[in-house]
Formats: sequence, structure tokens, C-alpha cells
Amino acid sequence: MAARKANPKPGTGKMADKREIDEHSGAETTGHEWDGVKELDTPLPRWWLWIFYATIIWSIGYMILYPAWPAPPGMQGYTPGVLGHSDRVNVAAEMANLEAERAEGYARLVGATYADIESDPVLFRFALAAGRSAFGDNCATCHGVGAQGFRGYPNLNDDVWLWGGTFDDITQTIRYGIRSSHSGARFSQMPAFGRDQLLSRDEIRDLTQYVLDLSGREADQDAVVRAAPVYQAQCAACHGVEGRGDRSQGAPDLTIDNWLYGGSRDEIYNSIWRGPYGVMPHFDGRMDDGMIAALAVYVFALGGGEDSPPRDETPPAEG
Amino acid sequence: MDKADSRKLSAPGIPRSRAEAVNDAEQRKLYAKREPVYPKLVSGPFRAFKWAFMAFALGVYYFLPFLRWDRGPDAPDQAVLVDFGASRFYFFWIEIWPQEVYYITGLLIMAALALFLATALFGRVWCGYACPQTVWTDLFIAVERAFEGDRNARIRLDRAPWTAEKIARKSGKHAVWLAIAAATGGAWILYFHDAFDLLANFFTGQAAISAYVFFGLLTFTTYTLAGTMREQVCIYMCPWPRIQAAMTDNEALNVTYRTDRGEPRGPHKKGASWEGRGDCIDCKACVAACPMGIDIRNGAQLECIGCALCIDACDDIMVKVERPKGLIAYDTDDNVARRLRGEKPRYRFLRTRVLVYAVALFATAAVMLGTYAMRTTLDVNVLRDRNPNFVTLSDGSVRNGYTVKVLNMTHETRGLELSVEGPADIAIRVLAAREDAPLTLAAPPDRTTDFRVYLTLPREAAAAAHSFPLTFQVRDLETGETARAAATFQTGAPR
Repeated sequence: MAARKANPKPGTGKMADKREIDEHSGAETTGHEWDGVKELDTPLPRWWLWIFYATIIWSIGYMILYPAWPAPPGMQGYTPGVLGHSDRVNVAAEMANLEAERAEGYARLVGATYADIESDPVLFRFALAAGRSAFGDNCATCHGVGAQGFRGYPNLNDDVWLWGGTFDDITQTIRYGIRSSHSGARFSQMPAFGRDQLLSRDEIRDLTQYVLDLSGREADQDAVVRAAPVYQAQCAACHGVEGRGDRSQGAPDLTIDNWLYGGSRDEIYNSIWRGPYGVMPHFDGRMDDGMIAALAVYVFALGGGEDSPPRDETPPAEG
Repeated sequence: MDKADSRKLSAPGIPRSRAEAVNDAEQRKLYAKREPVYPKLVSGPFRAFKWAFMAFALGVYYFLPFLRWDRGPDAPDQAVLVDFGASRFYFFWIEIWPQEVYYITGLLIMAALALFLATALFGRVWCGYACPQTVWTDLFIAVERAFEGDRNARIRLDRAPWTAEKIARKSGKHAVWLAIAAATGGAWILYFHDAFDLLANFFTGQAAISAYVFFGLLTFTTYTLAGTMREQVCIYMCPWPRIQAAMTDNEALNVTYRTDRGEPRGPHKKGASWEGRGDCIDCKACVAACPMGIDIRNGAQLECIGCALCIDACDDIMVKVERPKGLIAYDTDDNVARRLRGEKPRYRFLRTRVLVYAVALFATAAVMLGTYAMRTTLDVNVLRDRNPNFVTLSDGSVRNGYTVKVLNMTHETRGLELSVEGPADIAIRVLAAREDAPLTLAAPPDRTTDFRVYLTLPREAAAAAHSFPLTFQVRDLETGETARAAATFQTGAPR
């Protein structure tokens, strides 16, 4: 900073003695001068000052009315303000409102058939929207956001169902899970033929060729012939004599080109060796019946849902 | 100005006004407080026209929301309504959806071009007559005049000490100002909600919080802009005085002091000759009448809003001194110069800029009209599922999922036939739709409805190409109106 020069005019004394008026602007100067440049003492615009004072007054009112200052934990950690405003309470109230608004829709979904729901456009859209949201929260982690599936986690868009694709089947699977900890879970177990030494490596190798042949692909026909009795003895009980699978046991159809654990020779070999044991958790107790129904509608409507046979008078057995 | 000078008569019976053009560029200081302007009431054709236009403009503004327009049972019956909740803009028979906001854009472009055109022809007629700032300021000055009297009385009142009468007059004025401001803010919110419904709710405290917020905002801005800020808005806040310089030229009609006729100015004694002097008797009636606090005799200037009140003021004086009217009149700078050179004045309205603005204005209007005439009330958009991109079914056939969005812009439910042009053996399935042929969708009125559509192609057909182009079409079963949207079908086959 340049040193302040002495006032060049004689007789004007020290800077504090007399206010000087700048001749160009008509404003007072502060008396400060640097290299001949004088600082104007221009007052703040009054509108600016008034707004500034207004904001101060506003802040005082705000501090009295709303939560403002930190306080000791004994005083809930902050000054609450006389209005008792709390975003947390507001959010909880809004959530409760939302649930109350949706309650009617969920109530109508409970116990309804897919045809019932589909025939009511408003209810159907409600179920799809609620189901999409529930799917994203609970199912997308394993099945993917588009329900496209990954290895070991089935694609829910197609028409291939291990445990059945009717609305009731889907509802039951969601509610009780597959090989879950629920007592009503769908359960079956494929033996680990290799790991548990139920079959030799050669037998498994031959069986692999047999499965390739079942699904209509090129296979070593000698191996197929050798494996036929082994298949009938070890596999046909679940996968069927012709390999068409059994939905009551969750046994996949081996004749179609759709593989949960991969369809290459090595992958099929590996599946026979270790015996896949896929688990889906149950949602009974984690979701209410209305949301389970909405989820079932959503999964059904992904495109692979199968028409239900006419319902019996007796409700489907649980488990 | 010393007192002796101010008592002078400009002409027999015409005292010289003490008015000073406080807002003339030379007078105005950079850091000065606002010098109050006390416009004097004038009478004449321009003042009369301004009263009439003010009544018309305010009448439209305050009462338009109450005008009804029948649109059927499911739509609002307010003639002009901006319905943010339902995202619709209603203007009599026109109904605009958010994606058609280009109609508003077009209207704004037309408004701008009309403004340019008017400015090129007649100067700042917008500022002088139609701008809300001018209209409401004029109204507020009239209220002020009713409570505090005309110019001289107002000046005296402002200088007088605070007495009960002064307080009564001032508070009466501010009360009426606030009432007008509240009515202005109140009318504004009526454009955004059913007017009768909102009025009932507003006074019982049941209206939306936004209604009260905007009511308060508009009340505040009306009160301050028209009541206390007035000409400062035009001089300091508004960009139009700056832009206007590019819109006008020497041949545009502007409120003009005819220097050629007025100068040299000076007081005129009874019986004295008018030879060798100008017609301006320097009475400053024009300055006293000016709501902007300027002297029109200094020529065209940024602060002049072209309100023409000085014309009325001057004509009044000219009649009294028995000189022809029109010392101040709508004229062009060019004509003043021509007369000074001894040539005849000339008025050319067909100038290049006028033609350019006019052509642009009519072209925009034509495009808008054409677009509106061809506007459809049915539209379809198709979103193909990306996750999964395609689904292979157990028999090897391939399925794609689509969300078909159907816009039904009418107020009736419409039966629509959905068809897809693409590979021959493609199968269509619509979720929750009647599957009888032709495939019909029921599109609810006045909204966009999503339909889930699944297309399936058999294995052999799907293996033929990586993707197929498709066209979705919906056709109104009654009117035959169609809408189409392009999409693709992905098979997952190698490219």
C-alpha cells in the first residue's frame, strides 16, 4: 500500500478536522488519499439498508418461531421454537397420509383374482405402480431392475417358470419364498452328484451329453446311450422321463434352450456336479398381503404370466 | 428560480409555471434523491383517450377472469385460465397443453414484433398508453389528485407541517392505493384458478398458500411501482427506453416540440407582434403536465414515455394566446429539420424497417395460424423397453415390450384401434385390453394414458435380422383421425 500523502493544500489541517466535498460527485470524501485518489464517503443506498434491517428483524422472528440454535442434549439438542415445527414430524405425517390414501387400493387387491384386478383399469394401474415400486425396493437386487435376471436368478419376463406362472403361483412364491427359512417355503433339492460322489466323473460327463441332446443340440450319441439308464434312475423322478421338468418340484424343463445356471457343456456338467441350491427369501411378514398382491400383479404383467385354471372352492393349500 | 421571475406572466392571463424538469438528463445528479414530480391535470383529446383506454385496459384485467366459456362437463368453464395443477392453458376456444408451449412463444414473438412495428410508426405508444406501469401510475396519480388536489395544492401540502388534515389526506390516498393494489393482486391470482371458487376460498382462508403469496407480491409491487416509484421505473428499471433507440428513426412519429415554430421562445406581451419570435411563450405548462418530470422542448429523450399529455397542455395555451395548436404534436425529427430548411414536411410510413417488421409480424401470425389449423387432438408416443432389451421365450420366439402413450386432447373418451406395421407375422398383445379384433383401446378424455404393449415375433422371423423398423398407429374409430409413431423391434440376432 502506498503511503498516505499529506494534504497538499495549505491550511486545511489534519484530515479529521474538516470534511471535504468532492467536486465531481458532490459526495463527502473520507479524507483518505492514495496517490492523489481520494476515497468517497458514499453512503449505502437506503433501499439496501432498509432491506438489511428488515432481514435482521426477520431473523429474530425466525429464531423465536423455528428451530434455530444448538442446545444441550437435555433440551433435545436445539431450541425448538414456539411453533414446534419439525420436518421429521411433518414427513411422518405425510407418510401416514400417503399410506391411508393407498390403504383402500391395497385392501381391494387382497384376495382378488388377476382377472378381477385387470378388469378395473384404476385398480390395475394402482397395482402396477405399487408393484413396480415394491419390485425396485425388494426384488431388483437379485432379479435386476428390469426383472431380466442374472445367472442363478431367473428372468421374470419370459414364459419359463420353475414353480409355475399363474397369478396364484407367483403370489405363493413371493409370500413363502424358495428354500427360504419359512416353514411354508417351496422346497426341493437337487443332489450334488459329483461333490457327494453319487456318480462318477465319467457318468456325469455322459449325463451332460444326454442333457445337451435333450435340448436338441449336438451331442456325443455314444455317451447319450450310455447315460440313458443313469438319467432314468437318477434324474427322471424330478425332471421327468422326457426331461420336461416338474413344476411341483421346481425341476426345470431340460428340453428348452433356457438355462438358469448356464447352458454350455461345462456349465451343465458343473450343475450336475454341485447340485444348484437357489434360495429366494420369503416376504410373508415383511410385506402385507396388499403389497404382495401388487407385486404379483406387476410380475405377472411383465409378460410371462399364465392364465389360472378356474379356482376351486377350497383355497390353495399353503406351503 | 427567484420569486420575482416566477411571478412573471408568460402571456396576458397565463402565469408562468414554476415547474422544473427535474428528470432532464442535465439536471439529474448521479447520487441525488428522487425529486418528486407533481403532474398537473390537463384536458384535451389525448387525456380523454388515455382515460378511455385506462378504463378499457383495467376493465379487461379485472373482469376477464369472471368471463365463462363452456367446454363441457369435465373441463373448467373459465374463459382465460392458466391451470398449473392440470397443466393446461385455456384461452376461450383454444386449449394448450404443456408440450404446445410454442403457441405462447409465437404469441410473445408477435407481441414483440407488434411493439417494434408500433414504435417504428408512432414512437413509444406502448409506453405512453398501454404499458401497465403507465396505466396504473396514471390511476394512482388520479387518486392522489382526488385526495390532495392538483399540482400546486400537492406541492403546498407536501411542504406544509403535519396537521390532522394532512394526515387524513395522505392516509386516505394510501388507503385507496392499497385497495387498488390489493384488487390488482387479487385479480392476478384469479387467472390461475377458477375465479368464483378462489374468491370464496380466499376470504375464508381456504385458498392455497401460493394464492396468498402471489396476492401479496402483486399487491406490494403495484403499490410501490405505481404509487411510490412511478417514473423511476421507466427511467432506471425498464430496458425498453434503451432498446427503443434502435427501433425508432428520424421519420418515426414522436411527441415532438416543433423547434422550428417555437423558437426563439419568451414571454409575450398583450398586443405585441408575433413576428420575429417563436410561438413558445415559455409558460412551462408542458413541463408541469409531464408525469416524467422532463422538458419536451429539449427534444427526444430517453425519459419521455410519449404519453402526449404535454400536447394537450400546450394546445390549451395556444388557444388562449390565439396561436395555432400543435406547437407540441406527434411529428418527426425529420420534419422539424425540413421546415427549418424551408421544405414541406413529409410523412412516410412505408419505410424499410416498417416493412420488415410488418412482414415478420404477418409471417409469424401465418405460421401460428397454420400450425393451429393443423393441430391434432390425438397423438401417440412409443417407448420401447430397454431393460430387458428383448425377451426370448421358451419356443425361441422373441418378445419386445413397449409403453404406448396415447394423448387424447378432446373431452370425450375415444375408442381407438391400435395397429402395428412391421414384420408380417408379428403378434400384438395389449395388457388389460380387449383382445378382440380390431384391437381397441379406450383413451380417457383430456389426458395421456399409458398402455403396455407386447409384440412377439416367431423364432424364424426373429432370426432374420437384428432389428426391424415398426410403425405404431392409433385410429379413432369414429372420426378416423390417426396418429403414428415410429419404433423398432430388437431380436438379439447378430448384426
